[in-house]
Amino acid sequence: MSWEKLEIRTLKDVPKDEYFVAGHRTCQGCGPALACKLIAKAAGPRAICITATGCMYVANCSYNTTPWAIPWMHAQLGGMGSAVCGAAAAYKAMMRKGKIKKEEIHVIGLAGDGGSADIGLSAISGAMLSGEDHLIITYDNESYANTGVQASSLTPWGAWTTFTPPGKMLRLGNVRVKKDLPKMIAAGHPNVRYVATASTSFPFDLMTKVRKGLAVKGPAFLQIHTPCPKGWKFSPELTVRIGRLAVETGMWTLYEIEDGQFKLSYKPPKRKPVSEYLKLQGRFAHLREPDYRYLQEQVDAACKQMGID
Amino acid sequence: MVKLITTGTTAIATAVKHADVDVISAYPIRPYTGVMNELARMIADGEFDAEYIVADSEHTQFEIAKHAAACGARVFTGSAGIGWAFAHEPLVVTPADRVPVVAMVGNRALDDPGNFGVEHTETLITRDTGWMMCWPENPQEAYDLTLMGYKIAEDPSVLLPYVVCCDGNFITHVRFPVDLPDMEVAREFLPPTPPPRVNVLHPDKPLSIAPHVDYYWGTEIRRQMEEGMRNAIEVTKRVHEEFYKVFGRGGPPFIEEIATEDADVALIGLGGMAMPARAAIAQLRSQGKRVGYVKLRRFRPFATEVIRDALRKFKVVAVLDNDFSFGSAYHGGIVFQEIRSALYDVPERPKVVNYLIGLGGREITVDAMRSIYNQVLEIAETGEVKKLVQWVGVRE
Repeated sequence: MSWEKLEIRTLKDVPKDEYFVAGHRTCQGCGPALACKLIAKAAGPRAICITATGCMYVANCSYNTTPWAIPWMHAQLGGMGSAVCGAAAAYKAMMRKGKIKKEEIHVIGLAGDGGSADIGLSAISGAMLSGEDHLIITYDNESYANTGVQASSLTPWGAWTTFTPPGKMLRLGNVRVKKDLPKMIAAGHPNVRYVATASTSFPFDLMTKVRKGLAVKGPAFLQIHTPCPKGWKFSPELTVRIGRLAVETGMWTLYEIEDGQFKLSYKPPKRKPVSEYLKLQGRFAHLREPDYRYLQEQVDAACKQMGID
Repeated sequence: MVKLITTGTTAIATAVKHADVDVISAYPIRPYTGVMNELARMIADGEFDAEYIVADSEHTQFEIAKHAAACGARVFTGSAGIGWAFAHEPLVVTPADRVPVVAMVGNRALDDPGNFGVEHTETLITRDTGWMMCWPENPQEAYDLTLMGYKIAEDPSVLLPYVVCCDGNFITHVRFPVDLPDMEVAREFLPPTPPPRVNVLHPDKPLSIAPHVDYYWGTEIRRQMEEGMRNAIEVTKRVHEEFYKVFGRGGPPFIEEIATEDADVALIGLGGMAMPARAAIAQLRSQGKRVGYVKLRRFRPFATEVIRDALRKFKVVAVLDNDFSFGSAYHGGIVFQEIRSALYDVPERPKVVNYLIGLGGREITVDAMRSIYNQVLEIAETGEVKKLVQWVGVRE
């Protein structure tokens, strides 16, 4: 194993070294950039990362500069799944044939919600079936934020985006229900041994899950909820608080599916009402009390089903 | 060495085996699929070792190949017709990543309507993106050009992707006699590991490939690709010489002249069109007609000087296009545009006419070739071009 410990429980377990460093051009309070930092920290120096087009491409790397201290490469928006599959296959074949030294090289793929659940879904599904050894990570900031906040299939019900603006005729904004990507991955690919969700507001849990996903043989999947000040319309200092509220209200849940076994990673002692989460974000500003109630019912049902309540 | 009667797809699969390719990404589409069937069989039977990835689309296939190559692996992939079109996003970014992907295409007419026939349009529309492109005439050349492809693409002064374009059915499926060398001889020409290069993803030497560039460096990156393509001309010449030393064949790198020494007129075209042309030439020569053929073996890089110097001696050059560029200059074919342009600065240049042949997958017959030759001889005699671009065999 590449690390002394698989699980990160306290600050003492967190490596000091950074492999995603300062100097990039992401927004203040960027959730996805925080996710990159934690992913790279957890994975360590014997990893490579391939990132699909999106904020974590365009705002991260400009030519002759890079925040990545581990090997990094761009993949096409819909190509991250294929890219990591190709990379993992390359190392595997070359090591087996004695063309390069036999060692553990962790292959990480990173894509946003659009690059994962929309245009990249087929490639990720293919990678999950391939049997190649890699970890696919979705940083879920619930919109195509890089192109100016357009709806993706992971944008929640009721959210404003520039493709779903609330108006006189269409009051609610986005009326599509958020796609359940991790459950799709888990249900559709029974060979996959590790599927999990995480949040940038629960960093130890996130880093442990990165390591578990990398440690497991074969493909693994992790979806990280990453609040986005620009796309969700909130003040940058609230990123961590909003991420935490998402979990505390049940709008986002933390779990693992290991060898098919579902296990909650965190159970809020007393769930907060969803309105606490919604009211902090401008993208939900047009919603009214009945809309809050509707969303609360949806979340209550989901939490009951997952054993949170 | 073994002499086999075999297809172009089996010949290419053998070249891939001889190249000791590490990663193969496969997705089915006629008429190229046979190469992947054969490779799957070879791996299953333990004839050679590679990661064989059953991809879920052509987009996936070419993205897999690009990134496997970026990690230093030798790769092979391929497609045909609309499959090649579906792969166009990863296809067009691969040259800029400077990774030596080698692919095969079984040339096939684009949809709609569906069509299994041969047309070169699908690969020719990629001509401006930085892929090196060659067209074998038969399965022997398919083997040769594939093995050479790795050596050219992996040359540190080139590092561009390379595609072997095979006429669907006529090269992919029809059996020809092919000399297949022993593995050791092939590896004497092409060692199993590519020469070292800088842009390899590995934790021992962290680097970022293809960070966002915008206008600061975009121009320079295009210029570097252009230099790679220019270098490919000399590298291709050298690789042909090396190939000849080991195998005693391979032909000239860019064009092959057939019965041109005393010819008044010549046809020029890509790939398997040379076969019916050869037959037509034999018939016409027996009647004393001075006709020749120039086989265009490689289209990218386009060896302008070589092509120009070969063609300037004729009275008339007829370009055969098994492709079309809608709305282009003179409403002609893609190869026609380039040949005409290459001859523009020649003071006493031949007349250059265009025949669109086999469009939509129609068979290219010896009769049609003979008819074209007779028309072109008439132009040479009268000096008069009645119609610059002609559709061969079209029902009007």
